[in-house]
Amino acid sequence: MLESRSVEKPAAGVFRRKTLLLDLLAVAVPVVGFAFGINIFANELLLVYMMVYVALAHGINISYGFTGYLPFGYFGFFGAGAYGATLAILDLHVPALIGMLFGGVAGVLFGLLLLPLFRLRGAYFAIATLAAGEAIADIVANPSLQSVTNGPYGENLASVYSSGQIYVAALVFMALALLAVVLVKNSRFGLALRAIKESEYSAAMAGVNVVRMRSLAWVIAAAIAGVGGAIFGWATTVFYPSAVFDSAISVFAIVFALFGGTGSVWGPTLGTVLLYGLYSAVGLSSPQYFQLIYGLAIVVLVLFAPRGLVGFGRAAGRMISLRRAGANG
Amino acid sequence: MLFEYSIIAGILLGLFYALMAMGLNLVFGVQRIINLAHGDMVMLGGFGAWELYYGYHLNPVLAIVVMVPITVVVGYGLYYLLIPRLKSAVDFETLSLVLFFGVSQVVEALSALGFGNNERSLPVTSIPSQPVHLFGQFYPADWWVAAGVALPLLGIFFLYLYRTRLGRETRAVMADEHEAVSVGIDAGRVSAISFGVGLALAAAAGVLAVFVFGGVDPSEGVSITITAFAIIVFGSLGNPLGTVVGSILFGVAYQLAQVYTPSWSNLVPYILVIGTMLLRPQGLFGRRTRVA
Repeated sequence: MLESRSVEKPAAGVFRRKTLLLDLLAVAVPVVGFAFGINIFANELLLVYMMVYVALAHGINISYGFTGYLPFGYFGFFGAGAYGATLAILDLHVPALIGMLFGGVAGVLFGLLLLPLFRLRGAYFAIATLAAGEAIADIVANPSLQSVTNGPYGENLASVYSSGQIYVAALVFMALALLAVVLVKNSRFGLALRAIKESEYSAAMAGVNVVRMRSLAWVIAAAIAGVGGAIFGWATTVFYPSAVFDSAISVFAIVFALFGGTGSVWGPTLGTVLLYGLYSAVGLSSPQYFQLIYGLAIVVLVLFAPRGLVGFGRAAGRMISLRRAGANG
Repeated sequence: MLFEYSIIAGILLGLFYALMAMGLNLVFGVQRIINLAHGDMVMLGGFGAWELYYGYHLNPVLAIVVMVPITVVVGYGLYYLLIPRLKSAVDFETLSLVLFFGVSQVVEALSALGFGNNERSLPVTSIPSQPVHLFGQFYPADWWVAAGVALPLLGIFFLYLYRTRLGRETRAVMADEHEAVSVGIDAGRVSAISFGVGLALAAAAGVLAVFVFGGVDPSEGVSITITAFAIIVFGSLGNPLGTVVGSILFGVAYQLAQVYTPSWSNLVPYILVIGTMLLRPQGLFGRRTRVA
């Protein structure tokens, strides 16, 4: 909490320009990395999933890192996006790329539906979104709705599969999500969100339109999850409701974001690349060991390093500059 | 006919749900901790009963007697291991949610490694298994056993909370921790014991859950936690009697849904928790509690 106060010093213009440059690098490096990564590491599907998770972790970053609301039911938006896109492609016959936008719209619509939950604070909000996510999963997978969603039997997008398009779409999507975080972080909007996170009451007193700002952040996070789910569904091709409405999706996104450090542009990206890489290496063959590792990681993080990897980096940087100041003085 | 059946079945299962949710409410009421690993404790109780039955031929109902003191001690230790460090955090409630989510993942992973991923069940003959005939309907015997075990356990819990010194101190900490400390109550010790008692209630419910849910598997924790949370929010957070009433109403609502719209019945707990939070955040008996 202290850091957000010390990071944003309106007077220190040089300092701000420097952080903006660092933030833009945090967009450019992953985008270039994934654009060329495909030449080095050939598992295309894994890279697509990783890009989707980078974006999801940043969706959590916007909702939790900046605004302080932890959406445990984030997978609800993700699944809504996957189904929104699929239904648009199969029933409305829109091109797959346009279908991805429909995924975003589905995510946003579900997000708007949940706006009343903002009446709740902290942990209650988290649990209520979890219940909402489970509820929409149950509704979509319900056998009574088989004529619309094909119920529990899933969807098939094989007719529009195109590996090149999927990869580019995922890359562009991740870039946009990262840019959104940079914009949020370096704008008055981001400042307002942090003020709300510190104290809703004081923010309102200082003239921040709490409801509008919070809703806007929520809609951005919902859109990211919706498009992410759409691209995930497109890349997976054949999926069951249980695959896109999986609470593990929220869990991964939250853990990746916390591990890297929320409230920053580098943190969630680093967290995702490291942990999802680890998951791909050991998690697929022995999921229990991976679950054990990330469970322990959460416990250790919460107790000993609530600011994540980025927190370590900042602490190190502060120590170096202090030492330098000491040497000069 | 089906209507009466739903009501009676709902009351029987409601008593079981009350036992399942009570520990979560106690832990929340005392320390504002949302124990997302609560459902995993229920799961561990089930596996404990299985191991005791097949390892030592111990009757599952007696297994509860063995497990309760062990769980209280484990919970006491776990409390001191995790909570004091967390207490200083700014956003304690949300962080406790995340922390116990991590604990829940660790427990699930270890259980899957230790017990395997398959569902395990106990033979119905380990408890009285003759279906009970009442008003022209047959009720599974394990529902009567679950209700018959849950009721005295809840009774003992209420005696502990309302008729003993420790229970009075617990209620004092629930009402206001600072005031409690200022009259000489050791809030840390009381909270640690409550945490242990909360886990013990979960473990006891877990033994019965093997029969009521037809088995136990390592991944069942999350849905149990959500159901228990829905119940305690509905019956007012921090209010033990509210949990009992809320559980019975939930049990009846769930049974009615099962009978009349079986495919939508799984939505009941989610609708309950979202509906309560939006329409009446203080729950059924919103007294002596905080508002969500």
